[in-house]
Amino acid sequence: MEVNLNILEIKEKIAKKEISSREIFSFYSKRIEKFNPKLNALIKVFSFSGEEKSLEAVPMAVKDNICVKGKEITCASKILKGHISAYDATVIKRLKERGFFPLGVANMDEFAFGSSCETSCYGPAKNPWDTSKVPGGSSGGSAAAVAARLVPFALGSDTGGSIRQPASFCGVVGFKPTYGRVSRFGLIAFGSSLDQIGPITTNFVDAAYLLNIICGFDENDSTTAKKEAEDFTKYLNDDIKGLKVGIPQEYYPEQLNPQVKAALEEVKAFLEKKGAKLINIKLAHTQYAVPTYYIVATAEASSNLQRFDGIKYGLRIEEKDLTSLYKKTRREGFGQEAKRRIFLGTYSLSSGYYDAYYLRALKVRRLIKNDFDTAFKEVDVILTPTSPTPAFNIGEKIDDPLSMYLSDIFTISANLAGVPAVSFPCGFSKGNLPIGAQLIGPHFSEGVLIRTGFAYQRNTTWHNIIPEFKGS
Amino acid sequence: MIDDKVVQYIANLARIDIKEEELSFFGGQLSKIISYIDKLKEVNVEGIDILAEISESTNVFREDNPSVFKEKEIIIANFPAEENNCIRVPKVIK
Repeated sequence: MEVNLNILEIKEKIAKKEISSREIFSFYSKRIEKFNPKLNALIKVFSFSGEEKSLEAVPMAVKDNICVKGKEITCASKILKGHISAYDATVIKRLKERGFFPLGVANMDEFAFGSSCETSCYGPAKNPWDTSKVPGGSSGGSAAAVAARLVPFALGSDTGGSIRQPASFCGVVGFKPTYGRVSRFGLIAFGSSLDQIGPITTNFVDAAYLLNIICGFDENDSTTAKKEAEDFTKYLNDDIKGLKVGIPQEYYPEQLNPQVKAALEEVKAFLEKKGAKLINIKLAHTQYAVPTYYIVATAEASSNLQRFDGIKYGLRIEEKDLTSLYKKTRREGFGQEAKRRIFLGTYSLSSGYYDAYYLRALKVRRLIKNDFDTAFKEVDVILTPTSPTPAFNIGEKIDDPLSMYLSDIFTISANLAGVPAVSFPCGFSKGNLPIGAQLIGPHFSEGVLIRTGFAYQRNTTWHNIIPEFKGS
Repeated sequence: MIDDKVVQYIANLARIDIKEEELSFFGGQLSKIISYIDKLKEVNVEGIDILAEISESTNVFREDNPSVFKEKEIIIANFPAEENNCIRVPKVIK
């Protein structure tokens, strides 16, 4: 079997009985055995048994914050070690019904708090292009596993760039759908007004195919949109003539890494050659996205993480009185970044600071969304770099939280505005690290993003290049 | 500036035990982050409504159809401390 087959090709081979599901699982299991020890991308690997046997099954990796019935789920945190999911997340249920089964659980930053996969209680995941570099985060394990072809695709979650930034660092396609497109039932919540589940794939064909399966209304998640099911595969054509592509100057600052800048210039040139029109636009409040996000996201996280109190599940440090039990359990169970974010969120929600920080941030959030609404009256999509730099060194930013937060500067706005965005590979740095381009569209415009990305991939080969595990 | 007293106060609100020697560590980092976030004070937000939820949907209703959850055993097995299928906790009522 060949590593660059897309999901439809794998399915076709099974249907034609050219290959069995068992052989496919065994093919990927062998790659995991060989490469995962260098990457720590998957923290648990399952054997081929039970429910997938009778089906035309294709394997996937699932981020450790999405529930798979009967399997341990920890959010890469000590506080949840040993916790078993009692049900399947809606995305897992839908994928299983279509013959996709978890082969492994992907490493992540603890509770998705991070941009480097270094805050995991399982130790950092590594970048398959250079194992001294981070794979990005928080869905770093998912992106590294897909890039190294340990699985054909993976699920991630994106609160401020957690699918797109690691996809960019690892040279794969990371799709964050519109807020409300995909059910979060069974996703352990981080920032409920920001979180979205999405696929990490090697190409846009697979992304379109998977979105068809996971998108749609779910009675168990009242924030899902009641929208007609759309067939995203019908956008898999490269007709982008007349497409209006917004270029926001705020995303191309003077100090942008020159190699990232050069790679983006080539994407622009490609789009123009295919008949798209580049239009300079303004997203004036971009500079306020990171501070807005770190108020909104941490406020929501501090509320969501109240449930980890040592009573109903997870770690418990026994104490004589309840308050001490909570405090000691949370002290032992949460890592440093989780504590930092809970403190920050608690601070901005506390009496005396609520108006100055939390409410102000929600108002700026509206201004950021308004910028997008205005821009999308003029353009169909927006093209930006996904990250200001290629993957950085393991250890480089871990002791400086603010510099880590700033690495999400180009991805955060899409979550604040709830719009869909996707990162795809568009070249390499001089050090042979992948560079990612990001397309952002209006609410529910996933189809346009797929068409634009597909047009690019049909005419380029970046997405077919397989990492070489430098440094290991 | 987030001093030791403030860190102690928010750690208590967040129900996370914190040691004396950690106060200035977290205080220093949080101060740096907050001073960056203070950038938001430049923005004129007068007359701007808050945006708390993207879908801006109000109440979502559905039929109240009770059903039996079949995986009771998994949930009980997840209890950190269990007695007769109930969660055991420290005595609350004096």
